[in-house]
Amino acid sequence: MSIMGTRVLRKEDPKFLTEGATYTADVRDPRLEGAAHVHFVRSTFAHAKITSIDISDAASMPGVLGICTADDIPEDVGTVPAAVPLFPPSMMNRPLLATGTARFVGEPVVAVVAETPTQAADAADMVFVDYEPLPVAIDIEDANADNNIIFDDVGTNTAVDFAMMGMATGIGEEDIFADCDVVVKQRIINHKTAPAPLEGRSVACVWEGEKLIIWLSSQAPHGFKGALPGVYEGIDCQVICPDVGGGFGQKIGGTPEELIMPHLSRVYNRPMRWTETRTENFIGIGHGRAQVQYATIGGSSDGEIQSYRLEVIGDSGAYCGLGAFLPFFTHIMAAGVYKIPKIETAAKSVVTNTAPVLAYRGAGRPEATAAIERAIDIFAAECGLSAVEVRRKNLIPADAFPYTTPHGTEYDSGAYETSLDKALEAADYQALLAEQAARRERGDRIQLGIGVSVYVEITGGPAPGGAEFARVHITPEGKAQIFSGAFSHGQSHATTFAMVAADQLGMSIDDIEVVQGDTDKVPEGTGTFASRSLQFGGSAVYDSSREVANQAREIAAKLLEADAEDVVLDTSTGAFHVQGTPAVSKSWADVAAAAANDGVTLQHEGSHNANCSYPFGAHVVVAEVDTETGEVTVPKIVTCDDSGTILNPNIIEGQRHGGIAQGIAQALTEEFVYDEDGNPVTSNFADYGFISAAELPSFTLVPLETPTPNNPLGAKGIGESGAIGSTPALQSAVVNALSHLGIRHIDIPLSPERVWSAISDS
Amino acid sequence: MEISVKINGEEHRQEVEPRTLLVHFLRDQIGLTGTNIGCDTSSCGACTVHVNGESVKSCTMFAVQADGEEVLTIEGLASNGELHPMQEAFRQCHALQCGYCTPGMVMASVSLIQENPNPTEAEVREGLEGNLCRCTGYHNIVKAVMEVAK
Repeated sequence: MSIMGTRVLRKEDPKFLTEGATYTADVRDPRLEGAAHVHFVRSTFAHAKITSIDISDAASMPGVLGICTADDIPEDVGTVPAAVPLFPPSMMNRPLLATGTARFVGEPVVAVVAETPTQAADAADMVFVDYEPLPVAIDIEDANADNNIIFDDVGTNTAVDFAMMGMATGIGEEDIFADCDVVVKQRIINHKTAPAPLEGRSVACVWEGEKLIIWLSSQAPHGFKGALPGVYEGIDCQVICPDVGGGFGQKIGGTPEELIMPHLSRVYNRPMRWTETRTENFIGIGHGRAQVQYATIGGSSDGEIQSYRLEVIGDSGAYCGLGAFLPFFTHIMAAGVYKIPKIETAAKSVVTNTAPVLAYRGAGRPEATAAIERAIDIFAAECGLSAVEVRRKNLIPADAFPYTTPHGTEYDSGAYETSLDKALEAADYQALLAEQAARRERGDRIQLGIGVSVYVEITGGPAPGGAEFARVHITPEGKAQIFSGAFSHGQSHATTFAMVAADQLGMSIDDIEVVQGDTDKVPEGTGTFASRSLQFGGSAVYDSSREVANQAREIAAKLLEADAEDVVLDTSTGAFHVQGTPAVSKSWADVAAAAANDGVTLQHEGSHNANCSYPFGAHVVVAEVDTETGEVTVPKIVTCDDSGTILNPNIIEGQRHGGIAQGIAQALTEEFVYDEDGNPVTSNFADYGFISAAELPSFTLVPLETPTPNNPLGAKGIGESGAIGSTPALQSAVVNALSHLGIRHIDIPLSPERVWSAISDS
Repeated sequence: MEISVKINGEEHRQEVEPRTLLVHFLRDQIGLTGTNIGCDTSSCGACTVHVNGESVKSCTMFAVQADGEEVLTIEGLASNGELHPMQEAFRQCHALQCGYCTPGMVMASVSLIQENPNPTEAEVREGLEGNLCRCTGYHNIVKAVMEVAK
């Protein structure tokens, strides 16, 4: 029986459970002996001129080796390489330390180097920076109005207008709503949230002659290696990512604190380490989502949608990184799962005096789903129809795939109504409706709401697709090594990639080692983000495994004194034999030994290119709302998520669970808040509403497999789905619980105060 | 000052700065890096260990407060190569992904079951409120703890 589709336990776990994984701060490499430690002095102003920096007291503190300000960085050290080269240079070319002007609270201004982390922190407290405050732009719409300009040389806070780049449709001359009986418009806030991997950023580095060896907590070792020459021209480097404690989009590119480390190590001629605190992670690196949207939807009074317009203003924070690009993803997925004849999108990114916005689980696609799902609910309410039935009426039918939206997005495969039906059935929707009616009838204090969302997302990156590298190598003992350019930071590649190879090679996964996260060992790679790894990286393992099996058949044929064409590899046993005569066979050990004897290396490598895939699903979330206090609890979450062919149900379910929790968290408890002056208000785990076990129920997961034709594994991405469907479903549930009061919309997060206010105002 | 702490059954006598937190002592001086640091407000529980059999966030006490006490970390939980039932349940239930919260989560879960051998799901969720996980949505963690309680 094939190992594919089975609940294989993880190869990672024995170590993780008995001694703990080895994260960057745990690395005890002898080359890092005697490492010095860095602590950053960060701006306490959201926008200010830096008029002077007094380091004299700090410099004489115990253990201090040196203090580095922007003036101390030589000219041949560059700025942060642009994630996407789409923006005005000054907005995009962020300095490693604030230079002349600080643009958000938390921006690094000075690096203090000392013998120990505590000495560095103590000395950092003695650095005195004089600031001359400048007017701030914190709120997205305020920044968009250009009331206060952040980059004088640009003259506007707008970093990009996507329609002008041909990356959104723009608003046409013709009124697309002219023929609609019903038109509704809603302003929707998709607030800032913190990715908050439990491990923050961490770096250790050392120069060996002219070569830099750098360990760091990243999702993309090769991506970081690719970024370094932008700062240090012609640099020779080895990037090593040991185990990584989660990423969620936060650890894709290089950040100033990470990129300055090679400079500090060189100047002070010491191995150098920096591990951030949670507060630094919260105020220093950035947040996800951060959009204000205007959704307009129109159609006939019987619930048929004719036109939809989505206008998005994305907050890019103080500098344009990946986050400034994400409204483009929102544009791509604007239509959601619906067959809508006319679609218009407008999208722009504006800078604000807040930490740079970055990718966070879903990165632009959850925002698209949130908008259309809200719009459908409000449209249904306006028509006086069931939101479920309006969805059903407008879903793209299963026989329409591949389906291209009016604005050019091509969905590969889907069965949207099936996912909706399955989720509703598993949730016992009819019983929930009856319970809701009974509570309303009785006038219960705790009202019940049922929220439904149907979503589709794009995984693997922006269309058309992407590539990932893999090498499969057979050792002289007849075992396999996989060198993958994808990089697991929780996704279990050591297990799943071994399964893919095991299925093709007929080996036990115990005999297959997955090597990842070291740019000297793996010659090329892209990394793990955008739910891309199995579909691209796994497919690359699949390709190379098959090629290696073919190479091995040639050797086996010699041993069996047969024609290679007649030799087969029995992948259930790993035995090579002549077709029809399994009694005489050669093992991988036999073949590998013979190959070694002949001086033949059994190995194949290459990149697998594939088109993006479009996973989809339906979520049903039940909310209980205390009408006297506004408190929301979530007793039931049912999801039907399709990720194509399922490789390992355990891993897929785990990805769904984590995504669901983060999506619920955004709707219920988590918001990164700045005050009007740009001071972070929720800058640690004590102030930020990081969701805990106590706020969540166990989840009901309904399986669905609609293989994609876009890769040989049939796999779509699953990393982000949970976070895409669950947020609008919970929002919908809370609004639904209060719909009898005339409430049609409440922005997230659904804090007791916000819900109570909505009830009071109704 | 000098302290003496029994860690995972082994006596350690070491000089520590008075302000050293127990978690830093374990990681940096003893070299037991299984215990992780996830926050700076004693909120996340990644550093949970047992002190005299009770779960403690090791960032909430100084190393000197552990003088003369017994500390158990994730590295000392399995015995004779056999996983502790909680470690085994975490493995069977896929209750870990990136692994960062795991040592603290396992130690907190062991303690929870010692205090309440037959908890309801709600009690498990309440009991683990102080241990944060970003990967699993807690679903499989709760499942693992309930498995051990069976």
